[in-house]
Amino acid sequence: MRLSLAPDEIRSPGLWPGKQRRRRAHREEGARGALIAAASTVVLGGLVLWWILTSETWPAVQKQFFNPDNFREVFPDVLSGFWLDVKMFMVAEVLILFFALVLAMIRALRGPAFFPLRALVIVFIDLIRGIPIILLILVLGFGIPALQLTGVPRSPLFWGVATLVISYSAYTAEVYRAGIESVHESQRMAARSIGLTQVQALRYVLVPQAIRNVIPALLNGFVSLQKDVALVFILGVREGVREAQIYTASTFNYTGYIAATILFLAVSVPVARFTDWYTERDRRRKQAMTT
Amino acid sequence: MAVKLELRDVTKAFDDKVVLRDIDLKVGEHEVVCLIGSSGSGKSTLLKCVNLLFPIDAGSILLDGEAITDPQVNPNDVRQKMGIVFQAFNLFPHMNVLDNITLGPRKVHGLSREAAEERARALLERFGLTEKLSEFPDRLSGGQKQRVAVIRALASEPDLMLFDEITSALDPELVAEVLNVIRGLKEDGMTMVIATHEMGFARDVADRICFLDGGVILEQGRPQDILTNPRKPRTRQFLQRIVDAGRL
Repeated sequence: MRLSLAPDEIRSPGLWPGKQRRRRAHREEGARGALIAAASTVVLGGLVLWWILTSETWPAVQKQFFNPDNFREVFPDVLSGFWLDVKMFMVAEVLILFFALVLAMIRALRGPAFFPLRALVIVFIDLIRGIPIILLILVLGFGIPALQLTGVPRSPLFWGVATLVISYSAYTAEVYRAGIESVHESQRMAARSIGLTQVQALRYVLVPQAIRNVIPALLNGFVSLQKDVALVFILGVREGVREAQIYTASTFNYTGYIAATILFLAVSVPVARFTDWYTERDRRRKQAMTT
Repeated sequence: MAVKLELRDVTKAFDDKVVLRDIDLKVGEHEVVCLIGSSGSGKSTLLKCVNLLFPIDAGSILLDGEAITDPQVNPNDVRQKMGIVFQAFNLFPHMNVLDNITLGPRKVHGLSREAAEERARALLERFGLTEKLSEFPDRLSGGQKQRVAVIRALASEPDLMLFDEITSALDPELVAEVLNVIRGLKEDGMTMVIATHEMGFARDVADRICFLDGGVILEQGRPQDILTNPRKPRTRQFLQRIVDAGRL
């Protein structure tokens, strides 16, 4: 048996089908793949649906959770509550992105002079990340207003959002930190070598590059926040979930929860898709840059 | 000749590894000193210690007679008086050429944007890079990147320049354009300390060559003496290898 090929054999069309033919083959393969994916999705989805709909208790569940009349009745209230959720997570996100960056920058400062500041930030982040967010909401949301301090707001809405900002800032600071550390040390050196201070080097050189690296992770955190704002309902804030709960309490019908679910999905799924799209585009760009 | 830069008994170690051992070196005003030696001999570390990017463990470094390694001295003030150019360019990838160059003058020296850009344009023109001023670093060739890095260092108007093997990461055909920049600076009378593997260039441009080996300056002198008639066997061995590799 021959193990090597003569040069003209290597170039022969039998071995190398040519770019065009390869591309066509790729396209056909892609179309066939899409067809298979669609078919298996329909089959699996149908099976699950059939399994649920043939359940003995389905008619009762449908009445309790998926009742169109109840849906029409409850939807306006849940929607107006949900609008408060939207406002909460928009305001909270802006504050989180800012405070987390400040925390991460303090943590990135070097030298013994900054030790107390750094230590303070590390203690804060460790403590906050160690407490379940629901507990934090209960403690701050009920605790601080109970102190009745002059000049300190007492509204549960304020403390609900404030708690989310505090909690998410701790997590997001770690995201930024990972980003700052992912920028090569030589960039910090170059920045310092032209005379920039540590803070200037962070602000003009390291952080802009870091943020670009962590945008997908930040978006991911944003999706998470969009749902966690609902947790402030335990303070009695009348946001979407709370409205649904109020309706359920008076009607013993759970359709309100389904209405709230639909609304939350309507905002979080697009952001999740966008995150994927952005990450993929970023990956391709980086690949193009290195070749 | 007035002494611009002086190292006295400078020692630097990374953990247990001593990289510089009691280095003594004086660089006169307008003098060009080339540091040669194999990788790991301490050339690069020496330059980064002078720029205060690495703290030294013992000894002192003086700039214009003033001890810059004194803890009382603000490193940012010192760095404004000298420029350093690195092997890997280290341009800021998220800024275009003009912003790379003007960042230091604007934020450190407090120049207005107009004044900083005027200075940058003059330097870009001098080094033939005017048409690249709005490009981002990833669109430049290695030689262009390194020339921009030199300009960025020059934009702070230093009177001492440090070069850390600035042609080692370049394709051979791009080396000349970068070395010519340094030749131009020599004509201006710039004081320079240059770590390099380009022996031919060192012979051309250096007033003095220092051979570093194992963290000490083993031998120093005029280029013709060091390169053609080294006294120490270690220097001879190093240069022989360079000759064998066809680099001299």
